[in-house]
Amino acid sequence: MAILTQEQAKQIIDKVLSYAKADETEVNISGGKTGNIRYARNTVNTSGESNEINLNITSVYGKKSGSATINELDDESLKRAVSRSEEIAQLAPENPEYMPMLGPQKYAESRTFAEATDKINPEYRAKAAIDSIQPSKEKDLTAAGYLEDYSGFSAMGNSKGMFGYNKRTSVDFSVTVRTADGTGSGYAIRDFNDAALLDTKNVTNIAMQKAMASTSAQAIEPGKYTVILEPTAASDLLRLISRSMDARSADEGRSFLSKKGGGTRLGEKLFDERVNIYSDPTHPDIPSSPWTNEGLPREKTKWIENGVVKNMYYSRYWAELKGVEPIASPSGIIIEGGDQSLADMIKSTERGVLVTRFWYIRAVDPQTLLYTGLTRDGTFYIENGQIKFPVKNFRFNESPIIMLNNIEALGKAERVSGSMIPAMKIRDFTFTSLSDAV
Amino acid sequence: MKRRDFIQLSSLGFGAMMTPGLMMMGNTVSAEQLLQPGLANAAKKVLADIALNAAKSKGATYTDVRIGRYLQQFLFTREKNVQNISNAESFGVGIRVIADGTWGFSATSDVTPDGIKACAETAVAIAKANAKLQIEPVILAPVKGFGEVSWATPITKNAFEIPVKDKIDLLLKVNNSAMDNGAAFVTSNLFMVNEQKYFASTDGSYIDQDIHRIWPTFTVTAIDKAEGKFRTRQSLSAPMGMGYEYLDGLASEKMAGPAGLISYRNSYDMVEDAIAASKHANEKLTAKSVAPGKYDLVLDPDHLGLTIHESVGHPLELDRVLGYEANYAGTSFATLDKWKTKDFKYGSDLVNIVADKVQPFSLGLTGYDDEGVKCKEWDLIKNGVLVNYQAIRDQAKIIDESESHGCCYADNWNSVQFQRMPNVSLRPGKDKLSVQDMIKGVEKGIYIVGRGSYSIDQQRYNFQFGGQLFYEIKNGEIVGMLEDVAYQSNTQEFWNSCAQICDQDDYRLFGTFFDGKGQPSQVSAVSHGSSTTRFNGVNVINTGRRI
Repeated sequence: MAILTQEQAKQIIDKVLSYAKADETEVNISGGKTGNIRYARNTVNTSGESNEINLNITSVYGKKSGSATINELDDESLKRAVSRSEEIAQLAPENPEYMPMLGPQKYAESRTFAEATDKINPEYRAKAAIDSIQPSKEKDLTAAGYLEDYSGFSAMGNSKGMFGYNKRTSVDFSVTVRTADGTGSGYAIRDFNDAALLDTKNVTNIAMQKAMASTSAQAIEPGKYTVILEPTAASDLLRLISRSMDARSADEGRSFLSKKGGGTRLGEKLFDERVNIYSDPTHPDIPSSPWTNEGLPREKTKWIENGVVKNMYYSRYWAELKGVEPIASPSGIIIEGGDQSLADMIKSTERGVLVTRFWYIRAVDPQTLLYTGLTRDGTFYIENGQIKFPVKNFRFNESPIIMLNNIEALGKAERVSGSMIPAMKIRDFTFTSLSDAV
Repeated sequence: MKRRDFIQLSSLGFGAMMTPGLMMMGNTVSAEQLLQPGLANAAKKVLADIALNAAKSKGATYTDVRIGRYLQQFLFTREKNVQNISNAESFGVGIRVIADGTWGFSATSDVTPDGIKACAETAVAIAKANAKLQIEPVILAPVKGFGEVSWATPITKNAFEIPVKDKIDLLLKVNNSAMDNGAAFVTSNLFMVNEQKYFASTDGSYIDQDIHRIWPTFTVTAIDKAEGKFRTRQSLSAPMGMGYEYLDGLASEKMAGPAGLISYRNSYDMVEDAIAASKHANEKLTAKSVAPGKYDLVLDPDHLGLTIHESVGHPLELDRVLGYEANYAGTSFATLDKWKTKDFKYGSDLVNIVADKVQPFSLGLTGYDDEGVKCKEWDLIKNGVLVNYQAIRDQAKIIDESESHGCCYADNWNSVQFQRMPNVSLRPGKDKLSVQDMIKGVEKGIYIVGRGSYSIDQQRYNFQFGGQLFYEIKNGEIVGMLEDVAYQSNTQEFWNSCAQICDQDDYRLFGTFFDGKGQPSQVSAVSHGSSTTRFNGVNVINTGRRI
C-alpha cells in the first residue's frame, strides 16, 4: 500500500525527527502507483504498473547539508538513514546561500486527488487503448498513443514544526493518428486530475479528423502570417514565459526582464493590455501542489496584469538579500481568455494559418526569449474567413513576448498540460522555412 | 521529479539556468557507498537462473534478466558556491520474456529469490495478457550464448574513487579562473555514471559489465549592463566513455585551431577552457550581427556531432522508420522504400557514416548490448548512399539482416530495453587536409564551433542549428566574430552539399549525455565522431530581435 494517510505520514515523520541530532532536519515522504500503456501501428507495445515509496531525510549543521533516501520504513532503516544523512551533512561543504528551514506554514487546500484516477487498473488501460485503436482501424488509419496515470501522496515535515500533506492523481493521454499512405497526421492531447473526464475515443476522434483533413498539404511561401493557434499550440509556446520570470536572473542582468542600465522591468507594460497571466494552486480545473520544493506556500499570484509585469518569483535566499517577501514559482499558469470561438476567429481572418500544434521548440536567444520550432499534425490555410486547404509544415522563429504584443483575439481558456490556455489569433507571426514532414 | 521532466528541463537550452539536483535516479546515498562492491557474480547467477526457470515454467519461450546497479555522482557549483552534491544508487532487476509470441516486462527492487520469481511470473502474465491484442508476433534474430563473460570500460582512474573534495576544488578553480578573466557568472558541473550490469538469457549468456561515463561542463556568462545585454559560452568538452583521466588535460591531446581556439581530443583542460570561455563570452557582446544569406559552413566536430545526431542518427533508428515512435519523437523520411532502391543519395560521395558501439573513449562503448548481443561496427551511409539502419533482435528480419546490430539499451533496471542510437560518426576524409587549409579555400563562409540551439522536424527533414562560436570567413581568412547566427537546411540537401572533410588527425568525439526517447521517456548517452567538414551554400538566418 503505497499511499499513506496524513496521520500515517505524520507519525513516520515525527519518528524520524525524534531520531535526529542535527541542527535542522527535514523529512519528505512520497509514494504512489503509476501505470502506463503504449501502442503504435494499431497494436499495444508496452504496458506496466509500479508502486514506489521514498523517504528522504535532509540534515543540516550550520550551513552544511546532506541527505539520504530509503524505500523501507521500519524503525531500523529509519535510524540508519538519519545517521547516514547526518554523516553526509557533516562532511559537506558550506552552502553560503543556505536558508534556515521554515516554521509552520499555512497551505491552501487543493483538490488534486480523484477516486476515478486512483482506481485505474490494467483493464482500464487496455480498454482506453482499444477505444483509441478500434475507430482508427475502422477508417483505415493508424493510431499511436500513450496513457500514463498516477495516484500518490507527498508529505513534508521538519524539526521547526512545518508539516504538509497532499494526495494527487493525474492522467495524461496523447494520440497521433496517421493515414495509411502517410500523407496526413493528426494529434490530440488531454490531461486531468480526474480520469472521469477522459474519453480516449472522443480524443482520438479529434486526431482522426485532423489526420484525414491534413492529407495532400500544399506548400505556401514562408513569411509573416496572421496565425490562429489552438490552445495546444498556444500552450506549447506561451507556457515558456512562466519559466523565465525568475527575479534573480533579472536582477543579475541575464533575463528578458533585465533593464538596460541595470535593474528589472517589473512594473513595465511589456504586453498587449488584454494579457493577464496568473497562477492559482486551487484553480478547480488545474489544481496543483500547494507548496514548492522549498516548502513555500503556493498562493494565487498575478504575473502579468493588463500587460504589465506584476511579479517575478523570488527564492527565499534572493528575497532575503533583496529585502522582499519570497514568491513561489508557479506550477501551472492561467492565461485569461476572451469571448471568441475558434470559428469566430477563422471567420474574421482574411488570410492566415491555423496551427494545431508546435513541435521541437528550442530556445534560440534567452535575451529576447526567441524560440524556434515547427508546426506539426495539422496546419491549414485560411482565406476570406474559411479554411481553404491543409498546408505543409513551417519552421518558425518567434518570441512569445512579441506574440503577446500582436494579439488580435482571444478564445476561452482550456486545460492543456496543467495550464489554462486560450486559443488565440496573433498577427505577424514569423515562419522562416518550409518542412516536408508529415 | 519524473525522469521525463528532467529531459524537458535539460533541453530548454538555457544551460546557465539548469536547476541542480533534480535529475537523479535512485536513492541518495553517501559517496563512500558508491564504492561498496555490489552483489558477487556467483550470487547474481543463482538469482538469474531463478528468473529464467520461473519464466519458463509459466510458459515463456525466451527470457532475459538484467540485475543492475546504477550509480551516479553529480556535482553542481556556481561562482564560489557548491550548490549540490548528489550521490545516487539504484539497484534492482528487470525481467523480459516472450510468451505467446508477445513481449512482457516486469521489474522489482526486491532482489531476493522470492522477489525475482514473482517478478518473472508477472512478466509472463503481462505478455500473455498483451498477446490478446498482438497482431505481429515477435521473431528474434538468433544470437549465440557467450557463457560466463565480463567486460569493463578501459578506464585508468575510477571517478568514484577520486575524493569529492578534489572534484569540488577543480570546479571552484574553474569558476575562479572564469571570474578572474571577465565572467560575470559561471556555473560548472561534473556528471559521473557507473552502470554495473549483469545480463543473463535463455540463450546461455551470463554477461557482467562495468561501464563508466563522465561529463565535465560549464557555462560562462558575460554581461553588458549598460546595454542590457548578456551572452554565454559553454564548455567545449565532450561527455566521454572514460574515467577521471579525461580531466588530465594532457598537452598531447590538445589541438591548436583557427582564431586561437584550443580543441580537446581525449583529454580535457577544464580550467584553460574556462579562461578562453570568459574571453569569448565578452567578445560575443560586441560581435557583428550576421547578414543573412548563403554561406559555406566550416563545422567543427564539437558542433557537427549534434547535426549528425539529429539528421542521421535519429532518422535511421528502425523503430522510428516503422512508426513505433509516431506519437512522440515522430517517424522518419528515410523510409524502407528509399533504402530498398540501393541508390538513395543521402549525401555527397564524400559522406561515409558508420554506426558502432566499439569506438574507444565513446559513450556508446560496451562489450554487449542490453539483450546480450556482442557489439560491433557497421555502415549506415556508404559513399553518400543509404545502406543500413540501426536494428535490434526483433527488428533484424525487417531489413534482411541475419543478426542484430547490438544497439539495445535500457537506462535502468526498471526500464524496458529497446532500440537506442549507437555512436554514429562521419568517417574522416582520405586526403590530407587541416582545418586551416580548409578555411583557406572558402570565399564567403562561417566557421562554427560548439553546440547551440537545435531543432528538427518529426521526420527529420528541416532543421535549424545555432552554435557557441561563429567566425566570419572572407577570401580564405577569418576576419572576426559573428553573432545571431543559425543555419537552416533540409537533411538530404545539407549532406549533399558536403564538399570537404578534414583528415584523421582532426577527428574528435562529440557526445550527448541525456538523449531522450520513448514513452515513458528514457535517457541514453551517445557519441558522434567527425573531422571538421565543409558544407557549401547553406542558408543562414539572423536570430537577433528587439523586444
